[in-house]
Amino acid sequence: MTKPRTTGPKPWISLSGIGVFAVLLLAVAPLVLTDHWLNNLGKYCCWAIAAVGIGLAWGRGGMLVMGQGVFFALGAYSMAMHLTLETAGDRIPGFMVLYDPLAPLPMFWEPFRSAGFTLLAIVLLPVVMAGILGYALFKRRVKGAYFAILTQALAVALATLISSTIRETGGDTGLSDFKYFFGFVLNDPANKVMVFLIAAGLLIVCLLAVWQLYRSRFGELLVATRDAEERVRFLGYDPANVKLVAFVVSALMASIAGAMFVPIVGIITPAEIGAAASILMIAGVAFGGRASLFGPALGAMAVGWGQSSLGSTWPEGWTYILGLLFIVVILFLPNGLSSLPSRFPGRTRPKPDVPPTPAIAAAELEEVRA
Amino acid sequence: MSTISKRLRSLTAMGAIGTTVALVLAGCGARAGDEAAAGGTSAAPSCVDTSGSAVKLGFLNSLTGGMAISEKTVSNVLHMAADEINAGGGILGKKIEYVQEDGATDWPTFAEKTEKLLTQDCVAAIFGGWTSSSRKAVKPVVEKHNGLFFYPVQYEGLESSPNIYYTGATTNQQIIPAMDFLKAQGVKRLFLAGSDYVFPRTANAIIKLYAAKLGIEIVGEEYVPLDKDDWTSQVAKIVAAKPDFIFNTINGSSNVGFVKAYYDAGLKAETTPIISVSIAEEEAPAMGHEVTGQYASWNYFQSLKTPTNPKFIESWKAYPNSSGVTSDPMEAAYISLYLYKALVEAAGSFDVDAVNAAAKKNAITFDAPEGKVTLDGENHHISKPGHIGKINSSNQFDIVWASDKFIEPDPYLEGYDWFPADIRKQLVDAAG
Repeated sequence: MTKPRTTGPKPWISLSGIGVFAVLLLAVAPLVLTDHWLNNLGKYCCWAIAAVGIGLAWGRGGMLVMGQGVFFALGAYSMAMHLTLETAGDRIPGFMVLYDPLAPLPMFWEPFRSAGFTLLAIVLLPVVMAGILGYALFKRRVKGAYFAILTQALAVALATLISSTIRETGGDTGLSDFKYFFGFVLNDPANKVMVFLIAAGLLIVCLLAVWQLYRSRFGELLVATRDAEERVRFLGYDPANVKLVAFVVSALMASIAGAMFVPIVGIITPAEIGAAASILMIAGVAFGGRASLFGPALGAMAVGWGQSSLGSTWPEGWTYILGLLFIVVILFLPNGLSSLPSRFPGRTRPKPDVPPTPAIAAAELEEVRA
Repeated sequence: MSTISKRLRSLTAMGAIGTTVALVLAGCGARAGDEAAAGGTSAAPSCVDTSGSAVKLGFLNSLTGGMAISEKTVSNVLHMAADEINAGGGILGKKIEYVQEDGATDWPTFAEKTEKLLTQDCVAAIFGGWTSSSRKAVKPVVEKHNGLFFYPVQYEGLESSPNIYYTGATTNQQIIPAMDFLKAQGVKRLFLAGSDYVFPRTANAIIKLYAAKLGIEIVGEEYVPLDKDDWTSQVAKIVAAKPDFIFNTINGSSNVGFVKAYYDAGLKAETTPIISVSIAEEEAPAMGHEVTGQYASWNYFQSLKTPTNPKFIESWKAYPNSSGVTSDPMEAAYISLYLYKALVEAAGSFDVDAVNAAAKKNAITFDAPEGKVTLDGENHHISKPGHIGKINSSNQFDIVWASDKFIEPDPYLEGYDWFPADIRKQLVDAAG
């Protein structure tokens, strides 16, 4: 293998980046952060996991997934139903008694008593749903704004459905007050650290997974499909299959993110999965750099942090700051903050005047060929 | 290519193994069967420090989002009460220093900010909230950290917590008096209209039970999500059902859409009046339509003639950013801070357990604008007078009915035989 004429970062740079990130999250953060900020960081990790998936589908695959809240909800509500039942024991959950004292537990809740079924549902529900949805859409060559609006509409529909079925799902008030997490007492600080470590560990695993995907033949095909779908078709590949895999993986990541969000935040409501929440996930990804490896995760964490800290110090102003940053990034840094280094002169990647998306694509193709 | 992917695989595997090991090592916390931990005693000890010349309190309301319009008033009146108490020497001689947080009309944010106030800012108590959903989000967090939360809005009852004090009405102080009033008016056919969330759903479940006992027929029940304003099709059903009265448990700006659809459909206060439990002095002029002649059930009205009410109204009108009118939820918020002051002074300490013990031992009272209220140390609610007001042309309420004495709080409706004992038991068990 000859030394590649690469313009992207060398593989060991990305890998050591993930390594440093892993050490920071898994070893340093639990030691230096207070319980409150560690818990917040756990929440940002969940958003980052969903963001990594969006980076794959949107950044690399060109599919603007505006309804990741749907898959986030599948994971989150599966987990929340299990934790609610675990807390209630053999009784009917308190909120159901409140709304209709005499009715039994809804049928679809029953299987979530089982921890195994719940874990399986968190993985399989998004895969099956995204599989069917993606197959129907991509085979019909639905793309661009149509795809984006469709996914967004699904998120709105699901949030409305949950809001209007208060006895079955907790409605607008949501599900909360979980005492146990698979047999562990959630109030115990040691267990909170464990839950954080699971979320952070899953984020690292997701980063490793997309890193590998990006470098594989599949990653190459995905970028090619994004940039010239027709050519890929002429070459004898079916772009629908390529997009389907990326879409399903991103849905799975959103579901995992939702599942971890529940024990960390302690409550799930339709507001966390609807249109606004889905768009906020996209905002973080765009902010950080949708096509890069770390951009989506770091962008999502930055937005989460901004919400917690700026939302406290300047509640009325924080959304304006977010909006302004979003506009600035879209106008001047279409590839997000992670493309900043390449814009400094004197670096090895001089290409400020090349149209941004193909440039990235080309760079990535080069990298993949290594 | 092949060597790299091999290395990749091993690296990924190593990452996964490393993560698993870290998790197993971390998983040393309490298990479900662990009796000591199940009591919640494993939570970190309180970091509240009141040794200085000030006491830190947390104020938590939605300053942004859909509920901001209502909750900002509660937040403002808490600031006013804090200023008044500070001018009078503070609590146990310590000045109140407050940390204001925004719940952003988002229930998980309420939970997050509660945790921040208790563990980062180390406040001695938290005041605020409005929707029952926000209270339900705060409840597990204050219970986990053994904090204190003072909740100032009328709600659906059927709840109690050692870590929450409720200064708004529970059902037997607002809903049940309203039903008694309707019975006295000779109402036979009642229609229930509410927002689709915990308060209206629960309130209506109770209303239906009591209506059966009173012999009032419920001729329909309709819900619209909190953030939706279109009531046209639901009001059409009201017109078709021909009720004598409409019981309105709609909250927030959705009321505007309801009132519009109501008058557009030709309904009138003279023939099909509305009785509301969330339209007060502040909301009445904001309905976008004349609502003269409609009713509301509250404990406090600005028009009440009590010894302390004129001073309260005057202070509020003079306060910066004030809306100029006083209302029940803000009066209850005002009570909450003074009640806390009385509790701490009775306990001689800011410690949560000491405060709760003082609540049980003494009859804590406060000369509130609604009258002299007494705290029930067992269920953490306060006694209140019941009032029904009728909106006049200046958007104030003329009192048309008043309870003959202060109504003792009974959140689980234990004194009402029409409320099924088995349901009460289920609810108490689920809460415990």
